[in-house]
Amino acid sequence: MSPQFLYTIEVMLNGLMAGVMYSLVALGFVLIFKASGIFNYAQGVMALFAAMTLVGIQNGQVPFAHLVNAVFGTNIHGFGWNLPALFAIILTLGVMILFAILVERLILKHLVNQEPIILFMATIGLAFFMEGFGDLMWGSDIKVLDVGIPSGGSLWLEDKTIGWAAEGSNYYGMYIDKLDIVATLVALLLVITLTLFSQYTKTGRALRAVADDHQAALSVGISLRRIWVIVWAISGFVALVAGIMWGAKSGVQFSLSLIALKALPVLILGGFTSIPGAIIGGLIIGVGEKLFEFTIGPLIGGATENWFAYVLALLFLVFRPQGLFGEKIIERV
Amino acid sequence: MKKLKATLLAIAVGGAGVLMSAPATADLVFPSLSYRTGPYAVNGIPYADGYADYMTLVNERDGGVGGVKARILECETGYNTQKGVECYESTKGEGALVYHPLSTGITYQLIPKATADGIPIHSMGYGRTSAANGTVFSHIFNYPANYWNGASHAVNHILSENDGDIKGKKIALVYHNSAYGKEPIRTLEELSAKHGYDLTLIPVDHPGQEQKSQWLQIRRERPDYVVMWGWGVMNQVAIQEAANIRFPMENFIGVWWSGSENDVIPAGAKANGYKALTFHQVGTEYAVFEDLKKYVVDAGKAAGNGDQVGTVLYNRGLYAGFLTVEAVKKAQEIHGTADITSEMMRDGMEALEITSDIMASAGMSAFGPEFNVSCDNHGGPGLGAVQQWDANAGTWKLISEFEPSDMDVISALITEDSDAFAGENNIEARKCG
Repeated sequence: MSPQFLYTIEVMLNGLMAGVMYSLVALGFVLIFKASGIFNYAQGVMALFAAMTLVGIQNGQVPFAHLVNAVFGTNIHGFGWNLPALFAIILTLGVMILFAILVERLILKHLVNQEPIILFMATIGLAFFMEGFGDLMWGSDIKVLDVGIPSGGSLWLEDKTIGWAAEGSNYYGMYIDKLDIVATLVALLLVITLTLFSQYTKTGRALRAVADDHQAALSVGISLRRIWVIVWAISGFVALVAGIMWGAKSGVQFSLSLIALKALPVLILGGFTSIPGAIIGGLIIGVGEKLFEFTIGPLIGGATENWFAYVLALLFLVFRPQGLFGEKIIERV
Repeated sequence: MKKLKATLLAIAVGGAGVLMSAPATADLVFPSLSYRTGPYAVNGIPYADGYADYMTLVNERDGGVGGVKARILECETGYNTQKGVECYESTKGEGALVYHPLSTGITYQLIPKATADGIPIHSMGYGRTSAANGTVFSHIFNYPANYWNGASHAVNHILSENDGDIKGKKIALVYHNSAYGKEPIRTLEELSAKHGYDLTLIPVDHPGQEQKSQWLQIRRERPDYVVMWGWGVMNQVAIQEAANIRFPMENFIGVWWSGSENDVIPAGAKANGYKALTFHQVGTEYAVFEDLKKYVVDAGKAAGNGDQVGTVLYNRGLYAGFLTVEAVKKAQEIHGTADITSEMMRDGMEALEITSDIMASAGMSAFGPEFNVSCDNHGGPGLGAVQQWDANAGTWKLISEFEPSDMDVISALITEDSDAFAGENNIEARKCG
């Protein structure tokens, strides 16, 4: 095979993997939008907060240590423990559930029946609050996230594929990051779990009922507030997974909250209300932007990925505003 | 009634007179345009701490500069250009002597404003490179080194590793796709024509969290060296991706804004051997750090909680403080007064001489290069060094002396760019000497 063909395959595979990473962020948006019609602006910050909390708990960091030390003149920093990753993840999940309860009690409860734009604005406020709160709680330094996920190119794959190119060509084997492979498996597991949960459990059916029609769900005795807590908690869990995967690449730092920008074109393309749509949308964006950068990028100066994703999303908006898998909104006037 | 009117008038005129004639302040005022929040806070905090701590040290140890206390006016910019300009406008009336904008974008916006207000700007290692031409940029200084010096330092280092011959070598520039990131391109292109290396330009869009395409390209094209002009999360991801494709770290050289502990720590042991440029020393093996501990940190007067002392960016802030204080001393010496104005400060910066004796007396012996600033050269000689990361020890180490850049190439570029700026803005070049 020609190296150029193999490089194209490599770019496509890496695009698919990158798309999965985008989908992980988009999933959190979809869950909340589907169940409550809220576009959660704070989803990126939730991923950052979850990752910061995970590192803090795992490394035994004392929350608000800077604040406590400044106020009381103490010099405390750590509890002196280093917890196993799984245990730390479970504890972090507990924090995210607590976070969901607080969001429902302090924000959503007071905004029932408000316009979606009001709820959206509330999530903007929540995002700013959490940015500052997370920094106060865990500090703003870059944290190394180590939960045992392998990273780096797969040597096995390189060895297996190095001979695929014609002899004498400068081909070094196919490159796929092991972290991306893990992220793909995790995303697959996540989607299967979420689908099973929503299809075959009582709570899942209640979630779908609320998503379909709030009033009807309320009339048959489904507690909207309980459902909101569950949805935000699940979304917090998805944010944690996204935070782990992205945090493993760049360290846990403020910029992690910007990954939400990567999810927007995915949502527009896949639809705001479809879990499979978030995955398919992510894959299309991932492959599309990588192939465009590989083929057209060098001709126009490169760095095309950011805007290409949005242009692709814009095209979909023109021809299919609800996205590939989103529900068509029909409103009586 | 007439008497009352006359009294009120006298009070009003007198009051206005007091307001107009009184000195702005009895302190030496240094606004610190810092960013302790936002995506770049992790870099902004140590720099701001270092700058503030040096001023506190001067106050506590020496009783100020020439007997006048230094006062830091910190204003949060969040690394946002608009907020930076607001900070400038809100602090300049306090008697500000010099601004360190700490952002290329903010520097560009402040160049005309500060020049009109007669307040000098010191953009140390950033900002508009051609501001080194003091005949055009009367109030802008960028000593001891600028981006074009940096590009030349990187090429010089590669030359030194290849016995002075890099003809046919492949060098890739991975850069932040912004005005900042594009700064070295022209210089690298000129140097490519001079030395015969092949230059590949690889832009990375802000913020730079996803760089798979760029590093797949590097893996395909196998450049001999990669030079990086990155900032923030772009640095951490680039170093991680370079490690993932097993690019040799000793052939990966970042500019000084891609060379702090924050950039290498997330990649762990895989970042070992990564190099970066610098124009000041690393570590805490200097007498000034003992004084800082005694007079600032242990006394509870540190700007932060003391955990940043000795990091690369803390040292850069400290060095900025040192250069500022030395310029104040020079201004006081020139004008024979301790209470200097911003115009006097500008004179001090223009006559600044950093010698080994001056560095030693500040407890910072050989902390940076020796250099002079002059009326026509606001950038100094452009000396720089290369530092390398030792992941096992968790420390940076200088692996070269402070060496010159290719001023034959750079001076011509500075003249060309500053002349164009002067033409666009109807600035008549000053006569120096």
